[in-house]
Amino acid sequence: MEKKTPFYQQHLAAGGKMVPFAGYLMPVQFAGIIEEHRHVRTKAGLFDVSHMGEIEVRGPEALKFVSCVTVNDPAALALRQVQYSAMCYPDGGIVDDLLVYRYPEHFFLVVNASNLDKDFAWLQEQAKGFDVSLKNTSDQVAQLALQGPKAEPLLQKICDLKLSEMKFYWFATGKVDGVEMLVSRTGYTGEDGFELYFDPRQADRIWQALFAAGQEFELRPIGLGARDSLRLEMKYALYGHDIDQTTSPLEAGLGWITKLKKPGDFIGKEVLLKQKAEGIKRKLVGFELEGNAFPRQHYKMFKDGAQVGEVASGVFSPSLSKGIGTGYIKAELSAVGTPFQVEIRGKLIPARVVETPFWKQGTVKKA
Amino acid sequence: MSFPTDLKYSASHEWAKIEGDLATVGITDFAAGELGDIVFVELPAVGTKVSAGKPFGTVEAVKAVSDLNAPLSGEVAEINSNLEATPDLVNKDAYGQGWMLKIKLSDPAEAAKLMDAAAYDAMDKHGH
Repeated sequence: MEKKTPFYQQHLAAGGKMVPFAGYLMPVQFAGIIEEHRHVRTKAGLFDVSHMGEIEVRGPEALKFVSCVTVNDPAALALRQVQYSAMCYPDGGIVDDLLVYRYPEHFFLVVNASNLDKDFAWLQEQAKGFDVSLKNTSDQVAQLALQGPKAEPLLQKICDLKLSEMKFYWFATGKVDGVEMLVSRTGYTGEDGFELYFDPRQADRIWQALFAAGQEFELRPIGLGARDSLRLEMKYALYGHDIDQTTSPLEAGLGWITKLKKPGDFIGKEVLLKQKAEGIKRKLVGFELEGNAFPRQHYKMFKDGAQVGEVASGVFSPSLSKGIGTGYIKAELSAVGTPFQVEIRGKLIPARVVETPFWKQGTVKKA
Repeated sequence: MSFPTDLKYSASHEWAKIEGDLATVGITDFAAGELGDIVFVELPAVGTKVSAGKPFGTVEAVKAVSDLNAPLSGEVAEINSNLEATPDLVNKDAYGQGWMLKIKLSDPAEAAKLMDAAAYDAMDKHGH
């Protein structure tokens, strides 16, 4: 039996088509994926992301612990700054990707819904020997993502924070429609936007307040379908597709968050150092297909008659109106422009490695 | 959701409108809704032989691809070429402008194996 987020009734009222996802009944679409996708790129959309997992890390060794279990460097975070990071196993495979929020006295981790139980168990196991306490607060947190070029003027109408002063990947505690919450300038779409974390008992109030304030900006609810197509146009990783326990952050193109020179040890460091020294054998690339062909996960990639990789994510890109995808390909074939083929129902369809993000006009604020 | 009563239905969500030895074929509004926005319909060439229950093409939605199965056996007499440029006609008008094929039936008696609207309506669609 799937769980319901605090916005379940609102989704039904808005005509959401509900599907099971990561143990929850979530809206996959409202008006239609393409329409919703384009709406977020041009106006504003509201995503229920309450299924995401939240974990608090407290105690004198919180920083040391977070640094040990993640590949990025949390010591580089200022207070109220957010960091994209990943947790690795000792063999360099990825446990999960996550956001790390730095508070004065503790850290707030936001992890994938589908990995929450695994992540929490993994963190508890690693926490032995550290003076820290971990708390899974997922059921006490409602989360909405307000995304799109109109997100700031919309939210500013009902928020007491000066949003124009909040930079990309920073957060603050403030009031939205009088309700205290965490507001961060983060998102998974490539457009400007905010993520709001608050008491689920205020769910209906905040939902209504956002839609009332959003009327002049044509705010619409957006489902998981468009969430996936929006993130893939940016080549943002999705766990279970682009990254998993068999892929390392270096292979996944996440070298930019993997701080091999940060002080102290971290889980996976030894293997990642070795991968870096020896060079990785495969790499996650973005690619386009020719014609009316659409890549899907697990399709095989070929070059000169031999298999050279496998598709990780694939979608019809509503912004570019063509098939786009990501895939792990032999490192020597990963250069932009490299031609190869994708096997689709027995046919080899011409493809080539392209520069990413696929969508380059996003309004997302750069750090 | 209601289903036109002048059509026959397959368990894999295709409909057929049978007129003599010619059947017009498409997918149901239910199937189109499940797939979401349809972005490409791959249809066989005119003259291709198709067999009841066997794939004749594919339909690509934003996130997923699905086989299209022939509800009846025969030879493809015509395809809806409008779907090439406007595949979303399948979402907008599944039983009208969203039709896919006309099949010249080799065995019109096969129609007895298809469901009528009431039986299709009653079928557990999420189990299939």
